[in-house]
Parts: sequence; C-alpha cells; structure tokens
Amino acid sequence: MVVSILGFGAVKEIFGGDVIAVEISEGVAADDLRNILLLQYPRLNQLTSFMIAVNSEYAQGNTVIVSGDEVALIPPVSGG
Amino acid sequence: MIDVKITSDNLDVTACISSVMLPHSGGIDVFIGTVRNETKGKKVVRLEFEAYEPMAVKEMNKIALDVFSKWPVQKILIHHRTGVLEVGEIPVVIAVSAAHRAAAFDACRYIIDTLKQTVPIWKKEVFEDGEIWVAAHP
Repeated sequence: MVVSILGFGAVKEIFGGDVIAVEISEGVAADDLRNILLLQYPRLNQLTSFMIAVNSEYAQGNTVIVSGDEVALIPPVSGG
Repeated sequence: MIDVKITSDNLDVTACISSVMLPHSGGIDVFIGTVRNETKGKKVVRLEFEAYEPMAVKEMNKIALDVFSKWPVQKILIHHRTGVLEVGEIPVVIAVSAAHRAAAFDACRYIIDTLKQTVPIWKKEVFEDGEIWVAAHP
C-alpha cells in the first residue's frame, strides 16, 4: 500500500516538499517506517531526532500503519 | 475552560487576558513570547513559524487538561501564531486565571515549558546571511 507522509520544518526540506508517498507492506509499524525512511532519505540521520505521528498523535514504535492513516514526521519542535 | 488557537493573525494580548478573566478569578498570570533580535550574538532578521495544526491543537488541549488535573486554575488560554514574524512581534500568549496566584504562576510556567517540548510547531530563524530551523540539528 502507499502511505502519504507529511513533513514539517527541516523534514520538509529533506523531503523536497510538504508530503511524500511511500510504498510499504501491510503490518509495517512506526519503527519499521522510520528505518525505511532513513534509507530513502539519509539526510534524516542529520536531525537531532524525529518522531512519527499517526493520525495526529505521537506513535509508539510498534504502532502499525494501516491504509488511510495520516502519517507525519515530526522533527524537534521549537514553538514558543 | 480551555481556549486554544493556532492563527496567522496578530495576537491581541488584551483580548487574551479578558478571555480568561472570570468573576471569581483572583489573579491572572500571562506569558507573552516575543521575537528577539539576536540569538547567540547573531542578528535575527525575522522568524518563520509553521505548525501541524490539527496535532498542535490536540497537544495544546492535552497540556491544558493536564494542568487542570494538577492545579486549581479556572481558565486556560494558549494562542500561537504561524507565519512570518518580525522582531518585537508576539508568537505566543498563554493566560491562566485562578482564585489564588500560586496556581496561576505555576500553571503558566508549566504550559510554556511543556509547549516547547511537545507541541508540533517549528521556528525558522532568518539571519542576514542564512537561516536555520531551531533545534533541528545537533
């Protein structure tokens, strides 16, 4: 299945846009997606850290991504 | 009562204070974030803020609910701006009313400290000779 992944801040620049589409298999969890993305976008390694959000909640590493989920990559936040 | 907002409009501090003032309030604590003209000795030209809005609103609501479970406060307001902000402009206003000041002070500080750790909002510092996303890189 194809999931859309939203990027913000420094991640948007690494993605080269607001959103990317990534092909993943059924049963892939947030930690697996992290590894897939680190391979496809090695510059993500240069970030201090990043979190994955699923349906606008911070995801646990074992959260399985299902079709239709809204996934986002959250680089270190810096509001305020 | 919770009043949470992400907006590209100017923040009106007076309106924010009025919003949390209740007849049984004994005090209001307000935190106003402002755009500073330098960072680590380097001149800042402007800041650019962006937010993952639906999640930012959710996370701000979580902070407010958490505060209500920790301190006897009456109303909480958290407003954050997005877009381009010039030096001296206001990116964030937090206002907390309570019957007594101690709870309002503690809650207000907790809200801004937690917002900076959990709410998906990002700030780009623009200098005369470049720009960086704050905290993104070690």
